[in-house]
Amino acid sequence: MGGGSGALFVAVFLACAVEAVEATTIVLAAGTARDWRSAATGMTAAIVLLAIIVAALGPAVSALPLRELRLVVGALLLIFGLQWLRKAILRASGYKARHDEDAIYRTQLAEAAAAPRRRFGSVPDWYAFTLSFKGVLLEGLEVVFIALTFGGNAHNIPLAALAAGCAVVVVAVTGAAVRAPLARVPENTLKFIVGIMLTGFGTFWGAEGAGAHWPGSDAALLVLVPAIALFAVGLVAVLRRGQAKATRAPARGGAPAAEAG
Amino acid sequence: MGRRVRAFLAFLYDFVIGDDWRIAVAVVAGLAVTYAVSQTTVPSWWVMPAVVVVLLPASLWRATRRR
Repeated sequence: MGGGSGALFVAVFLACAVEAVEATTIVLAAGTARDWRSAATGMTAAIVLLAIIVAALGPAVSALPLRELRLVVGALLLIFGLQWLRKAILRASGYKARHDEDAIYRTQLAEAAAAPRRRFGSVPDWYAFTLSFKGVLLEGLEVVFIALTFGGNAHNIPLAALAAGCAVVVVAVTGAAVRAPLARVPENTLKFIVGIMLTGFGTFWGAEGAGAHWPGSDAALLVLVPAIALFAVGLVAVLRRGQAKATRAPARGGAPAAEAG
Repeated sequence: MGRRVRAFLAFLYDFVIGDDWRIAVAVVAGLAVTYAVSQTTVPSWWVMPAVVVVLLPASLWRATRRR
């Protein structure tokens, strides 16, 4: 596996692992609070639907002209990446509550336990089924998007699909083994890294799709990604300093604003 | 049916655009500038990194000053 393929595998694996952790939390909540069989059926139905979407979109993505694909996908990846990075920087600097998989799990458990039980066909608990189905489908769509776009742009959809599959299997097996939310996964750090990678690849592919030629061609990524990482770490430091100042002088500036979500 | 379409559009907006719509607008504008510059003899690779350097702090600044 070359450097480019390695970077592709790592980027897709990390991004998909983050989404898989969130999907696993939802399935665990549905299974623990309601009914494991219904939660598993919902998860399986979502995976089957995702497989159909991949089978339909995979060849279409491969058939698209590379320049147009890079322009559209680069733009989307850059928008996603900047949104992820923005949230990750706000979390790392204390302006936004950190993503707490334990707290999310407890909230979902309480909501699931309160809902009335209703049988639908061969599914014993329709609520557990739909909760699990929706969670896996929505998080899975992001996994599919990441795998197809990264794979399509790098002309290596099989490797991207392998990385996505590995991430999903590793997280799902771990979740099934511990039957508890994967709170020990450093999700905030992972999201920070994934935000940097999405922003780096999005900047690179978007600019290429729009007609730019990077100095050093693909090697420019080796400068671009670390530069974005340094820039993001610098922004965290600046925001932390600002927050510390605001905390020391509440009368002048007030407490820092915390963003919801 | 109308409710489902609206829900799907809301999901799509949240999925693609997210918390700050200005990021999406600036990225599209940056790519348009990149294309325009690439039609000249001036190198255009620097436009998108410059967009990131300006856009990310601006979006963070708006988020942190909002109360």
